[in-house]
Amino acid sequence: MRAATLLLALACSASAHAADGAVAPWWIWPLALFALSFALGAVSVLAGVGGGVLFVPIVGGFFPFHLDFVRGAGLLLALASSLAASPVLLRNGLANLRLALPLALVASIAAIAGALLGLALPVAVVETALGVVVLGIAGVMWLARRSESPAATSDRLGAALRLHGVFHDPALARDVEWRVQRTPLGIATFACIGLLAGMFGLGAGWANVPTLNLLLGLPLKLSVGTSGFLLSVVDTAAAWVYLLRGAVLPILVAPSVLGVMLGARLGVRFLGRAPAAVVRRLVIALLLVAGARALLKGLGAWN
Amino acid sequence: MELNERVPEEQLLYARWLDSGTRVGFVALLAAFVAYVSGVLPPYVPLETLPKVWGMPVAQYLHSTGAPEGWGWLSLIARGDYLNLAGIVMLASVSAVCYARVLVALLARRERLQASMAATQLLVFAAVIAGLC
Repeated sequence: MRAATLLLALACSASAHAADGAVAPWWIWPLALFALSFALGAVSVLAGVGGGVLFVPIVGGFFPFHLDFVRGAGLLLALASSLAASPVLLRNGLANLRLALPLALVASIAAIAGALLGLALPVAVVETALGVVVLGIAGVMWLARRSESPAATSDRLGAALRLHGVFHDPALARDVEWRVQRTPLGIATFACIGLLAGMFGLGAGWANVPTLNLLLGLPLKLSVGTSGFLLSVVDTAAAWVYLLRGAVLPILVAPSVLGVMLGARLGVRFLGRAPAAVVRRLVIALLLVAGARALLKGLGAWN
Repeated sequence: MELNERVPEEQLLYARWLDSGTRVGFVALLAAFVAYVSGVLPPYVPLETLPKVWGMPVAQYLHSTGAPEGWGWLSLIARGDYLNLAGIVMLASVSAVCYARVLVALLARRERLQASMAATQLLVFAAVIAGLC
């Protein structure tokens, strides 16, 4: 962690030199990205958010890469984290494939539309909207409540799609029946989440979990696990748009993906011991700073 | 972590394929990146040139460097930077491969509703991978 902080300080110094007209050596940036992604990987596991939601506004705001490339990298970073976690989540039943099928389908179509829209709009518009969205996410994280009581009844569409089952909670050592309520509204919400994920390159765990838990009435653990798995499908669809449009720079993506993976492994080790409330407040503070930076940069007030 | 006995067979199948595909993708990406930054495979866009172009919008970057769009990068796969895209493509393809495998399993079990959703998702993946979107 200390090494990560040192490299980040180095990156800030390089950024300042770049602003003065001097060009920092190229290798500073992949090193700084690795350090940042490593730290984000650890922090995001402890805070229960995806790394992409922090990566895009921070790298977009404080690193020299164009936002087109940063959004592509953000999606791939969120995708890589999700791919690494999903096999375990699926195997132990914390994510549910049948539940994910209709939600992922709608969200991935919307994510493709979002990616196309994001690459077509002027960067100042995308940057301003990103700032507003990131500040909104900080608000959602601050206010979001969680429900431990699953829905008791299914709606008609949820029943027709057979979105119900039994989830075994290992911590409680008992089976929990689950069913989906408000399915049409839930599907519409996932379309909006997919659009935002594709447009801004943000992982969407921050929105998936409250939607699954509070709106669809699923048990919290199943919501967190299924959200993690959903990202692997939704981000795949949007990532291909960035990939085929040439908006993926290996020098940006590779160190970020490798850093977040190693950081997440470290974060998991501290999961039981870290002060969750403090980490959560730290993430909200980072989102506020990065969101304000994106907003002001988009408006031309802080370049 | 212990295996949950209630987990459906097709979900376990998906998890197995996802795990294997992801491991292969990560190893490929790591190896390609080492070859790229160490100079073993010379890149298409020289590393020293990158700071001058990575701040450009993607359209301007492609114009300035002559880098290809779509699947054109395959012709440059022997270059260090484009070899990295192969690792990234592997990671971005794992889910589609898993869906294809699960679709076969769902069809074999005559789970028509779930199979139709998996098939539609595969069509979405196919359209975006083919560059139709």
